[in-house]
Amino acid sequence: MRLPIYLDYSATTPVDPRVAQKMIPFLTEFFGNPASRSHAFGWRAEEAVEEAREHVAALINADPKEIVWTSGATEGNNLAIKGAAQFYKTKGRHIITQRTEHKAVLDTFRELERQGFEATYLEVQENGLVDLEKFKAAIRPDTILASIMMVNNEVGVIQPVWEIAEICKQKGIIFHCDAVQGGGRLEIDMQKFRADLLTITAHKMYGPKGIGALYIRRKPRVRLEAQIHGGGHERGFRSGTLATHQIVGFGEAARLAKLEMATDNERIRALRDRLWQEVSQIEEVYLNGSMEKRIPHNLNVSFNFVEGESLIMAVKDIAVSSGSACTSASLEPSYVLRALGRNDELAHSSIRITLGRFTTVEEVDYAAQLIKQKVAKLRELSPLWEMYKEGIDLNSVQWAAH
Amino acid sequence: MAYSDKVIDHYENPRNVGSFDKADTSIGTGMVGAPACGDVMKLQIKVGADGRIEDARFKTYGCGSAIASSSLVTEWVKGKTLEQAASIKNTQIAQELSLPPVKIHCSILAEDAIKAAVADYQKKQGLEAAAAAPAQEKKVA
Repeated sequence: MRLPIYLDYSATTPVDPRVAQKMIPFLTEFFGNPASRSHAFGWRAEEAVEEAREHVAALINADPKEIVWTSGATEGNNLAIKGAAQFYKTKGRHIITQRTEHKAVLDTFRELERQGFEATYLEVQENGLVDLEKFKAAIRPDTILASIMMVNNEVGVIQPVWEIAEICKQKGIIFHCDAVQGGGRLEIDMQKFRADLLTITAHKMYGPKGIGALYIRRKPRVRLEAQIHGGGHERGFRSGTLATHQIVGFGEAARLAKLEMATDNERIRALRDRLWQEVSQIEEVYLNGSMEKRIPHNLNVSFNFVEGESLIMAVKDIAVSSGSACTSASLEPSYVLRALGRNDELAHSSIRITLGRFTTVEEVDYAAQLIKQKVAKLRELSPLWEMYKEGIDLNSVQWAAH
Repeated sequence: MAYSDKVIDHYENPRNVGSFDKADTSIGTGMVGAPACGDVMKLQIKVGADGRIEDARFKTYGCGSAIASSSLVTEWVKGKTLEQAASIKNTQIAQELSLPPVKIHCSILAEDAIKAAVADYQKKQGLEAAAAAPAQEKKVA
C-alpha cells in the first residue's frame, strides 16, 4: 500500500489508464485540427471528436447534437447561466439558486446581480437538501432561470433536481443543473430528467482535466448567448479550437463510466459503509448531510473538540479535504457546512473523504484506524475535550474572542 | 501549509502535555482564546518554594502553530521566575518557530497564556498582580 492514500475523488479522479492510452495517439499521430476540412488529418480528428460526443451523449441518454464541449465545469456553468439569463432577459430578470452550490454557480449569480438581475439564494434544510415547497414559493412571474446542483461536492447529498426540473417545466422557467459530481456516478437520463441545461466534466469520471460538456436541450429548444466568440465552433455556442485528445479522453471515460457505473457504485458504497462503521464508533462524531440521499462515495464528518487544521496535519497519510479554510489566509469555515446549520467549530473540524474506482479495502481500513488514532491523540491535547469530559457545558463559558 | 521543522517537531512530539490540579495553590492556570476562533490554550505552571517555575503543562485546541507555540513555552518557562516568564514576548516565540504571518496570532495567544497563568498563581497567593494580568484570563463557570 502506497502512502499517502488518495481519498479525494470528489476533487478530481486519476485518469483511468485505459483512457490515457486512447488519448496518446491524438497528441502525436492524429494531431489534426478537427476544424480542418481540407485534409485527412482534420477528418480523422473530427471523426474522433464526434465519436466521443456520441459516448458522452450516450452516458446521459441525450442526442449528440445536444452536447457542447467546454474547457470544464466552471465554463459550462458560466455559459449555461449567463448565456440563458442574457438570452431570456426580456422575459424577466429574476433567477433562483441555493446556498450550497459550487462557487462556479454562486459567483456567476453574483456577476448577474451586478448586471442587474435579481437573485434568490434558497436556504437548505439541515440534511443539506432543498425544500421543494420553498423552491416553489421562490418562483415569481418574472423568474426566467433556476440553477440547482445534482450532487453537492462537499457533503455528497443528492438534491431533488428531477422534481425541480418538472416544476420549472410547468412554470416555463429554464432549469440548469450542475451535475459535475453526479456525472458518471449517478444514472442520468435526459429523456426522463427534464433539465434544459446540464453541466458535466471529465476529470470527475476518470477523464482528463480541462474538458467538460454542456448539455443544451433541443426539444424544446433552449437558446443561449455565447460567452466566447471567434470562429463559431460548436454551432456558435463556444468558439475555440477543439482539444481533440482531451475530448477523446472524455469520450472514453464516459463510455467506461456507462459500462462500469453500477458495479463500481456497489463496491464503493460497501467501502464507504465499512469506513463509516469504524469512524462512527468515535465519540462526538457528526455526519454532515443526509445519509439516505447521498452519493455512494462520499463521507463528510465533523469531530467535536478537535481543530480542523491540526486534524488535517494529523491525517496527512490520507489525502482528504477539509471543511476548514484555515490552511489558506482566510479563517472562514466551509460555507456549505454553515448552510447546513453546523457551528463554526464543527464546520472547521470536518473532513470530506471521497472514495473511487481505485480505492481498496486495505486503504479504507488504514484510513479508519488512522483517523481513530489521531482524533484520540488530538483530544488528549484538547482542553475542550477535557472540559467536556468533566461535564462542563462549553456554551456556558465566557470566552474572550480574539 | 509550509511549516518550519520546529513547528512540525512540536506538533508531532508535543512537550509537557497534560494537566495539574487547578485547585493546588502552587499551580497557576491560564486559559486563553475561544473555540469559535479556532484556538484555545490552557497553560499551567507549578511554582516552587523559591518562586521559580518548576514545571509546566499545556493543552491546546488549535492549529499546528498554536500547539507548537504552547508546547514551546512550556519548555521556556521552566526554571524562570514569574517576572522572567511574564516578560516572554510573542515575537520571540514567532521567531523561534519561524511562524508565517497568518499564524502570528498563535504566538500572541501563547504569550497571553503565560501572563494569565502567572496572574492566576499570584491571585491564589493573595499577591496583587505584579505582572500585568491580561484581560484574557478566564474563569470556567
